[in-house]
Amino acid sequence: MNLKRRSAILVALLVSLLLVISGCGAKTPATSTPAPADATKEKLKVAFVYVGPVGDAGWSFAHDQGRKYLVEKLPQVETTIMESVPEGADSERVITQLAEKGNKIIFTTSFGYMDPTINVAKKYPDVTFMHNSGYKTAENVGTYFGRIYQARYLTGIAAGKTTKSNTIGYVAAMPIPEVIRGINAFTQGVRSVNPAAKVQVVWTNTWYDPAKEKDAAKSLLTAGADVIAQHQDTPGPMQAAEEAGKYGIGYNMDMSKMAPKAVLTSAVWNWGPYYVQTVESVINKTWKNDQYWGPMSDGIVDIAPFGPMVTDETKKLVADAKDKIVSKKWDVFTGPIKDQTGAVKVPEGQVMADKDMLSMDWFVEGVDGTIPK
Amino acid sequence: MSIQEFLIPLLAASVIAGTPILYAALGELITERAGIINLGVEGIMLIGAVSGFMMAVTTGSPWLGLLASMLAGGAVALIHAFLTITLRANQVVSGLALTIFGTGLSGYLGKAYIGIPVEKPFGIIPLGPLADIPYIGPIFFQHDALVYISYVLVVIIWYFMFHTRPGLNLRALGENPAAMDALGLNVFYLRYIYVMAGGALGGIGGAYLSLAYAPSWLENMTAGRGWIAVALVIFALWNPWRALMGAYLFGGIDALGFRLQVLGYQISPFFLQMLPYLFTVIILVFVVARQKGRLTAPGALGLSYDREER
Repeated sequence: MNLKRRSAILVALLVSLLLVISGCGAKTPATSTPAPADATKEKLKVAFVYVGPVGDAGWSFAHDQGRKYLVEKLPQVETTIMESVPEGADSERVITQLAEKGNKIIFTTSFGYMDPTINVAKKYPDVTFMHNSGYKTAENVGTYFGRIYQARYLTGIAAGKTTKSNTIGYVAAMPIPEVIRGINAFTQGVRSVNPAAKVQVVWTNTWYDPAKEKDAAKSLLTAGADVIAQHQDTPGPMQAAEEAGKYGIGYNMDMSKMAPKAVLTSAVWNWGPYYVQTVESVINKTWKNDQYWGPMSDGIVDIAPFGPMVTDETKKLVADAKDKIVSKKWDVFTGPIKDQTGAVKVPEGQVMADKDMLSMDWFVEGVDGTIPK
Repeated sequence: MSIQEFLIPLLAASVIAGTPILYAALGELITERAGIINLGVEGIMLIGAVSGFMMAVTTGSPWLGLLASMLAGGAVALIHAFLTITLRANQVVSGLALTIFGTGLSGYLGKAYIGIPVEKPFGIIPLGPLADIPYIGPIFFQHDALVYISYVLVVIIWYFMFHTRPGLNLRALGENPAAMDALGLNVFYLRYIYVMAGGALGGIGGAYLSLAYAPSWLENMTAGRGWIAVALVIFALWNPWRALMGAYLFGGIDALGFRLQVLGYQISPFFLQMLPYLFTVIILVFVVARQKGRLTAPGALGLSYDREER
């Protein structure tokens, strides 16, 4: 064998080694440390499929915090996670594998896992599947999501009370109903305490790019905004607010660690209690294939603790509104609600139906921005 | 809002957004001038970003972080050098593998560093009297130290490449390595040096993101800037000054988009994201047409050098 041939083979080996190593880095099936207490009993195996790395400090991170809470509360549970699983056909293979390995409950935590979840569920009738943020169910498939807009409304109150310039910036990812609903709820919150304020929106067209998100926030700060809210998965916008000596409203998790002087509060996901409840219902055989869109009263969405700059008056206003929402006496999209042109969208006394909320494609009065079509 | 109020912050933001791309592109430029194409820039930037961040958090010094990012970037580039120079592997394949490797490895290394702040990132240091020059000051001289270093670096690389003998050798290395070999210069050794230097600069590009631009570590935080840097080198026609201008142009595109949105003009973000690549294609077409089909790319770019086939 000549030198060239040999080196070509060596290269091929090295390249494939690199690919294998990197593959391991991206998708590490991790098993939680078994709790010593129930070591004798057989464990209930529960699996989680994540679309991003657990290290995104956002969406998948929040789900994984929920998983950790589950393991802590129910020591008889043993969990497996699969990170950075691409949506579509690849996820079907991963979910099948998890079912094959004896997992009894599988949480698939991204919209794009919807059809793969349904497909795999048909083949494994004994396994319970829970799909996050979708709308298709089956005999052994339920869906779950949370009304984060309720938390956003409350953060809006804090922003509305804090702003001096009456301009609040909102760094938004993609023009889809979920994001638009969040902007509208936030704006309703702002204007409930400060009708003169407006919310200015900038789209970044990315969920995940800390530098770009930060720059988008800077453009809002230059234009006069003194509070920055975000529907983005990194703390970039909060860092921009911190550097400018202005304020911010975080998302996904408590972002105060990344910008302690800026963050008033954050709209946060809290999947833990829901995961415990769901796993318990499967154990007790009370589980049903519901479509769950959890309200704040269930604790699935909440706001993070206030920063030290938030006044007692503001805290009181937020607490009162939270009471109304949690006690279900009132919800965010209760009329009268007008759109940007001033046309009445929800008449006085009426409450918007869930299906209208889920397909929202217009801004409420007080939003300064357009929805790209 | 007056024109100045619009333009000055826009241009200042373009300089910042362009800096990580500029570092990575300068690194790739040197690498390609030596005749090696390295498509692993994205992976190298991520490794640089995570190692710089880890070092800065552990030691409390952003400068040690910078050093770590250079060493790590250089080390990853060494893999590429070994594969493509010594083993004469396909440079494109090796580079792509390096990107995937760097993405995975950086995520693995950085697990424990997610969501924690770095105590001392590179902060803004107005550059003495220069910062007070009207217009120019706020645009170029009210940034962090790494931005200033990038200005100096462009001058050094340009001077080295076009006004010194080793620089002439570097250019010849990418044009005709056999001739260099005949002159008695060690082609393999020199190419190793330049590929690793390029990797070190790519590492700084990543560290700029994690230690200055948005000080934090998040997996995959480069978000495609490594690829923009590769396009930028072609856009710049392998010239450091054009790389500088191109970096600010590419960096400024998003900044412009956001600021126009604030003023109420909606430009499709898809269109804006396409622009860097569109510009590159236009430049290529223009240059090829004007120079009658000959691109100014280094003549031996992407070709393995084999002494036995001289």
